[in-house]
Amino acid sequence: MSAVPVVEQDLERVIAGRPAVRPAGLDDDALLALHRSLVRLRVYDERSVVYHSQGRIGTYAIFRGHEAIQAGAVHALEERDWIFPSYRESAIGLLRGLPASTILQWWRGHPSGWWNPEEVNVASICVPIATHVPHAAGLAWGLALKESDAVAVAIFGDGATSEGAFHEGANLAAVFRAPLVLLCNNNQWAISTPLRDQTAAERLSDKAVGYGMPAIRVDGNDVLAVHDAVRRGVEHARAGEGPTFVEAVTYRSFPHATADDPSIYVDRERVEAERGRDCVAAYETYLRDLGVLDDEDVQTVREEALAELRAGIQAAEDEAPGDPELVFAHAYADPPPDLARDLEELRRVHER
Amino acid sequence: MSATAVATRELMLVEAVNDALHVELARDPSVIVLGEDVGRLGGVFRATAGLREAFGEKRCIDTPLSEAGFLGAAVGLCMAGWRPVVEMQYDAFSYPCLDQLITHVGRYRWRTGGRMGFPLVIRMPYGGGVRAPELHDDSPETYYVHTPGVKVAVPATPADAKGLLAAAIRDPDPVVLFEPKLVYRTARGAVPEGEHVVELGKARRAREGSDLTLVAWGAMVAVCERAADDLAAEASVEVLDLRSLKPLDDEALLASVRRTGRCVVVQEAPRTCGFASEISALLAEHAILDLQGPVLRVTGYDVPYPYWQLEDWYMPSVERVVDAVRRVLAF
Repeated sequence: MSAVPVVEQDLERVIAGRPAVRPAGLDDDALLALHRSLVRLRVYDERSVVYHSQGRIGTYAIFRGHEAIQAGAVHALEERDWIFPSYRESAIGLLRGLPASTILQWWRGHPSGWWNPEEVNVASICVPIATHVPHAAGLAWGLALKESDAVAVAIFGDGATSEGAFHEGANLAAVFRAPLVLLCNNNQWAISTPLRDQTAAERLSDKAVGYGMPAIRVDGNDVLAVHDAVRRGVEHARAGEGPTFVEAVTYRSFPHATADDPSIYVDRERVEAERGRDCVAAYETYLRDLGVLDDEDVQTVREEALAELRAGIQAAEDEAPGDPELVFAHAYADPPPDLARDLEELRRVHER
Repeated sequence: MSATAVATRELMLVEAVNDALHVELARDPSVIVLGEDVGRLGGVFRATAGLREAFGEKRCIDTPLSEAGFLGAAVGLCMAGWRPVVEMQYDAFSYPCLDQLITHVGRYRWRTGGRMGFPLVIRMPYGGGVRAPELHDDSPETYYVHTPGVKVAVPATPADAKGLLAAAIRDPDPVVLFEPKLVYRTARGAVPEGEHVVELGKARRAREGSDLTLVAWGAMVAVCERAADDLAAEASVEVLDLRSLKPLDDEALLASVRRTGRCVVVQEAPRTCGFASEISALLAEHAILDLQGPVLRVTGYDVPYPYWQLEDWYMPSVERVVDAVRRVLAF
């Protein structure tokens, strides 16, 4: 037997529907706050696909169906805890107070899509796969060295577990007992590559054994299950026990990104079946069964989220284009002098 | 150089590196050292000797073997308020870390709109001539200089090894320091005691001359000085030690070449797209009418660094530098 437990939820039970039993530690307000976060992420994603089709944002990585993993994780954290998103979690900063316009500008390629990670404890969006895992390990370790009790969560996909950076980051985190939760969004696809071509491991959570860390495997469509798993990882980390690997199992039933054509590689029947177990709808059903949510509440939350996006895209589109100075401005705190000469030259050539 | 007397000690280059680390860790409690074998052993070259004893194991950390991993962790350490000094054990061992260097180290500040700083240092022994196995001999500075967002310095003397490392540690941006391991224990010189900083971006005139400028950095500076000695009866040769490749002291470079009218650039790294090519391009752009002959490059070759029984054929030699100088003088 392994010294580190792999806790596996009964996935079949959860898929069949969560019984209307109130979870421990979450009151009505907390349950509704979780719902609101799910809807804000869902609406952000829906509108972004539309904005892309209208030419208002650039290529966009869709996360429909993964809101439960993102919201479940964020709600298991305190504000002092850090989040390291991949591009699949591009809008997770919304849940930490980043304006929708900032994230939309990121996808519009405008420099005001930059944000200050320290202000919201959300690292910059990591575009290369898994290379943010060592950052999260280093930050978490560095905070522990300063005797802070804050923790970090790094979110990445199933494909990321094949990358060297994931391995090196996980190993470092475990060796240094960094207060970190490694949250794997196992949506079973890396663009067109299915999980079976990604790994010979039976379960991604089994990889944790090799790093000497515990793992929890949950249904990624069940926001309460994700919340509970991440909360346990956070408690473990805060207690100085080091990192936990959480595998949230879901299915990517939408394209990888707006530029992707999954009809070439997916199983349509499977996709339809997976769309039928949508994480937002499932949670709404659960809350209705529990008697804490009604149609009017759903309508109100959705309207608020739509208003947030309308205001966000408006603010983004109203912003003036970036000055060419911004091409040079922030690469260095103390730039080599040739950058100033380059800017001067650029302005000279383009002056009419 | 200050006119006031500064107490100095005679040190080998690697001892000067060690001295800088001791001084800077004592000066700033946010500076930490990490890398492979830097703690218990004090580094395979002893560059980090005594740090663990002096500052504790939380500030001199032995990492798992993971150059990309611990450089990535250093990015996160910066975010947590530390100033990490990362050792790559050998030049060619640093290649895995280029992933983090290119995708994050050089970009993260920019990615935050300048709101977060990443004041980390990568230092590594580099270069050949030490009779070592394969991949312990490379001069990879070009990869680093070519990466936006990082700075690069290469000391040639013990005093500069200390001063440039101190400047790197205090710099708000990521800095990569290449330490010429060939002369780790043979370059000796007076090193100022206590705090000693050599500003990045300032070249050093190692030898004054009026007929031709030899431009070099790191271990090639001493080769150029020997070549200048050998040529003393024929020509007055200036040797310019660049010290920093980025930022580059182009003013010192242009001033020297405008005065001498001739230039040979010497580098250990392979020729194509090496930093010597950049120097040649700058001279073509800014000094064309001052030149009395072609700018020649004496470099390693565009081949893998050879096994050590052949390495002396590969390394730029005094003879090759003298030959290049004579060709320019005869032009």
